Amino acid sequence: MNALVEEGAGIPAAAVMVNASRFRAAHELEWKRLDGIVTRIERRGIGALTENDLLMLPLLYRSALSSLSVARETSLDRALVSYLEALCTRAYFQIYGVPTSFWSQLREFILRGWPQAVRALWRETLVSALLTLAGALAGFLLVMHDPTLFYAIIPDSLAGGRDPSANADALRATLYNKEQHDGLAVFATFLFTHNAQIAIFSFALGFAFAIPTVLLIVYNGLMLGAFLAVFAAKGLALQAGGWLIIHGTTEIFAIIIAGAAGFRIGTAIAFPGRAARTDFAFAVGRKASVAMAGAVVMLILAGLLEGIGRQTVLVDGTRYTIGLTMLVGWLAYFYAPRRADGLADS
Amino acid sequence: MVWPIRRRAPAAPRTLRRSFVTPEGVDLRLELGGAGARAVAFVLDAVMILTILILSTIAISLLVSDGKSEILLILWLIGSFVLRNGWFILFEIGGRGATPGKMLIGLRVVARDGAPLTGGAVIARNAMREIEIFLPLSFLGYQASQDAADAFLAIFALLWSGIFLFFPLMNHDRLRIGDLVGGTWVVRTARTALAADIGATETIARQRRSFSDAALDLYGVYELQTLEEVLRLARPEAIATVAEAVRRKAGIADDGDDMGFLTDYYRALCVRLERGMMLGRRRDNKHAPSLGRQR
Repeated sequence: MNALVEEGAGIPAAAVMVNASRFRAAHELEWKRLDGIVTRIERRGIGALTENDLLMLPLLYRSALSSLSVARETSLDRALVSYLEALCTRAYFQIYGVPTSFWSQLREFILRGWPQAVRALWRETLVSALLTLAGALAGFLLVMHDPTLFYAIIPDSLAGGRDPSANADALRATLYNKEQHDGLAVFATFLFTHNAQIAIFSFALGFAFAIPTVLLIVYNGLMLGAFLAVFAAKGLALQAGGWLIIHGTTEIFAIIIAGAAGFRIGTAIAFPGRAARTDFAFAVGRKASVAMAGAVVMLILAGLLEGIGRQTVLVDGTRYTIGLTMLVGWLAYFYAPRRADGLADS
Repeated sequence: MVWPIRRRAPAAPRTLRRSFVTPEGVDLRLELGGAGARAVAFVLDAVMILTILILSTIAISLLVSDGKSEILLILWLIGSFVLRNGWFILFEIGGRGATPGKMLIGLRVVARDGAPLTGGAVIARNAMREIEIFLPLSFLGYQASQDAADAFLAIFALLWSGIFLFFPLMNHDRLRIGDLVGGTWVVRTARTALAADIGATETIARQRRSFSDAALDLYGVYELQTLEEVLRLARPEAIATVAEAVRRKAGIADDGDDMGFLTDYYRALCVRLERGMMLGRRRDNKHAPSLGRQR
């Protein structure tokens, strides 16, 4: 081990020394060198190391670990032991705890992590979709039955004139709105940030045994149904469908998945089964959060479709085509069987 | 384990040291970040985020009059979204495993199982901030904006969400909800310097005091390490008090050099106790049987 670093001044052969002194004299240079390397990685990343340092890092780390073991058994110098503990901990996390690079994580996420995470949530996704549907149906029937209920369901700021008191022409105008052209991109960005925040929120709220997430998802469906009912009452159902579907397939799907991720966490904490609650929570949480991150990506696309696509594409047929193509695309991406999975499973 | 019957979990340790065995088989005895350090790191991050947000808002509102308002507005919207959600995630996903606030305090997020920190874990632990921080904040804001009739409801909601905020104080590992869901914990990785060696370095030439076995049998490891701390801190009044106590117990006359006396005593005691350890006899404190009698 002494060969790792050239030894400094020899040990003075004077009187009896405490073990720590002998030990420090023999290994201090190695520790200092490891300290220097780890500090450089912490400050400027692994790229800051020379090839030689990179090769030495694991050797020096193991040597420091063995120093720590020896020091604990033979030395009573507490400063030495705590120094070595801190040094070894820092080195350990630089060697074992560092994630792969951001770009390879991103690649892994797109190729495998995301669809896998969504597929693992299929039960919750189904429940979430059914809740949205039930909410939408309830909202639709309620507002058809009693238009004043619309005001109870949807806040004024969101309605933007699309309420039961508007006449058919005014409603039609909101569907094929062209005036907003100059603010399109801002509008798209606002929609994205707003929706993405809701997706993250519904995921996090899942922790409270999924109850708030259920409410959020049902309410989302309720608003959807209420909006459609306003247009359907004026005979504009098909047109409103086109207005909604161009981005809705992506956006509502994303919200459903984020809700599903919240359900997964809530149910994992409420019913951990035989596993310990904390162990199960994170095994589930890590995977569900990947699905939620995917939902945020979907919402970026939905925001673009809503803010730009919808305002420039004014033909119902094209709107339906785009919306349904997106839906088929997402379903294929998430649920189509893959060769890579087959290999991984077998 | 059958469901209704749960074995009682072993009593959690009081300190923040946790056993953590590396693949090489050495226990690193990780030191977890305390609640105070964690809170300070968060406040630092929050201050940085708010400062950036406020400065960029001022800058953009000054520039908006130039007619390029649309792009700037988009930048602002995306920027504030990324700041709120991305600050923690992007910094922790990088190799450092720490936000600037944590780096300043000397903290690091690591996976509890010692594996590399995955993106999923970081996203999970930080998405939970929504219910830990922003939910209580929004209830506070709600209460501020409403009249007294709703105050009761708001306070109730605040209490409920306060459970999430103060969750770290309710468990031994100082886990946030986010740590629970992400499978992470926060450890101290502050850089420490190797303190000087009390033992051998100085004054080899100086004649050392020698002590009788009886004088060295007074104390054990615990007292030795306390003495080490006193010597390292080197506060004159503490040195004088300790030197006086040791002299009185050992029946040694005062020679006027407290520091030298204690250093020599420390060295002699250390050598004796270490020799005992080599032979498998460890004397933990002064109440344990002396090394001579353990045979």
